[in-house]
Amino acid sequence: MYTTTAELWAEAQKKEVPLSQIVLESEMKLTGVSQKVVYDRLRATFAVMKKAAENALEHPLHTVGSLIEGVAQTQYQYSQSGKTLCGPMLNLMMARAFSCSETNAAMGRICAAPTAGASGIVPAVILTVAEHLQATEEIVLRGLLVSSGIGAVITRNATVSGAEGGCQAECGVAAAMASAAAVEMSGGNGEQAMHAAAFALVNIMGLICDPIAGLVQMPCAQRNASQAMNAMLSADFALAGQKCPIPLDEVIDAMYKTGKMLPMQLRETALGGIAATPTGKRLATQIFTT
Amino acid sequence: MNLSIFDVLGPIMIGPSSSHTAGAARLAYIARQIVAAPYHHVDFYLHGSFAQTYRGHGTDKALVAGALGMREDDERLASSFEMAEDAKLTYQFLPIELENAHENTVKMVFHLDAGGTSVVIGSSLGGARILITEIDGFPTEYNATSPTLLITQQDTRGIISKITSVLAAIEINIGVMKLSRKDKGSIASCIIETDEPIPDEVGEILSRIPQIHRVRIINTY
Repeated sequence: MYTTTAELWAEAQKKEVPLSQIVLESEMKLTGVSQKVVYDRLRATFAVMKKAAENALEHPLHTVGSLIEGVAQTQYQYSQSGKTLCGPMLNLMMARAFSCSETNAAMGRICAAPTAGASGIVPAVILTVAEHLQATEEIVLRGLLVSSGIGAVITRNATVSGAEGGCQAECGVAAAMASAAAVEMSGGNGEQAMHAAAFALVNIMGLICDPIAGLVQMPCAQRNASQAMNAMLSADFALAGQKCPIPLDEVIDAMYKTGKMLPMQLRETALGGIAATPTGKRLATQIFTT
Repeated sequence: MNLSIFDVLGPIMIGPSSSHTAGAARLAYIARQIVAAPYHHVDFYLHGSFAQTYRGHGTDKALVAGALGMREDDERLASSFEMAEDAKLTYQFLPIELENAHENTVKMVFHLDAGGTSVVIGSSLGGARILITEIDGFPTEYNATSPTLLITQQDTRGIISKITSVLAAIEINIGVMKLSRKDKGSIASCIIETDEPIPDEVGEILSRIPQIHRVRIINTY
């Protein structure tokens, strides 16, 4: 049984299996169910993720206050324009992350990963990597296992609540989960997956939670798209052979402590950051008086 | 790891907020199981963050959806107001300040078709986890994660052993058991959480015990 990412990695090394196998075995042991039951549930989870990631690509969804209506469609159409800077694959990934956020804000069905506000990152990254690699379903499910293993350690040892740790604890953690998944799906080893997750958190250390009008829309949707990018580039750092000098467990602890140092205004209260700008405040008044 | 991967990749839910939307739907859904009688009107008293932000997070729609029997992942949740109209269920949202209550707390007053009211108070703790803190005046701590028997009984000697022997006879293991009473010798409440689903016959057998006033079984949670 692992309680830290170091223990997760040590168990995988000892048994000479990928991280996902340790996460799978731990889940079977904890819940007393077979591999088939875990896989069936992962399939159902992934189906919800996939639908949310496609839901808003073709048409805008109505949301309270309309702060992010149509963001997924805009990015999706641009991804097919042939004129993008980041290329069609990454622009499609951003569109998928936007689609999950738009679906969530429009009261559609999503899978919290690890939270509803950050529910676009893991789906967008795993779908995009799977498509890029023409991966089998088994590899996709393995990706979900790795991401949830990393996420479980962070949930247990730190926090995944924006009210407690800021956006780094929600979208940052989702990026760490997704980057570790991307590495294993790409054939990287467990150590590289851990470095990728550490890089993702290092890249986002200290990010505040400052939702306009307190709604899970802006900047949440943009953070989902940008943290999906963070997950991908962090995975590429690790796959290139870069090593994060600070171990993942220490980075997680640093993220947690940093979150605790953030003043209350920067933790989901809509009293700081872009929420507290003149325009942010005006939007909030407009939304709640109409 | 003592945390399921489906607590990390999950819950599957209707957005936008696991605490303010999914948790709210669950609170009303579980309250509906607790009330277990037809009702035509619900007053939702909102405390703390629920009172401040309920409109932006669809807490109102989620509560009504739960009161109509919808789960937190039901895609009809967003149109619960229209569905309530069809079902002739009326409702209102009122601010309230409750003492020592969690930020996201709701007091639900169900107006029963048979007359009278049933009151359930509960909090949404985040990640769609909930805690029911009061049922019809009885304080409790009930998180609705396993099959549950809710019993109201006369506070008399030996009643608890009668209840547990019924469960033992059909090989149901008690996980958690909580007792509370208003006054010594008056009406008491007993909440029993079990490892296995509770068959309906348990309710019938327990109801035959003279000191037991009411038995409710919650197998969907």
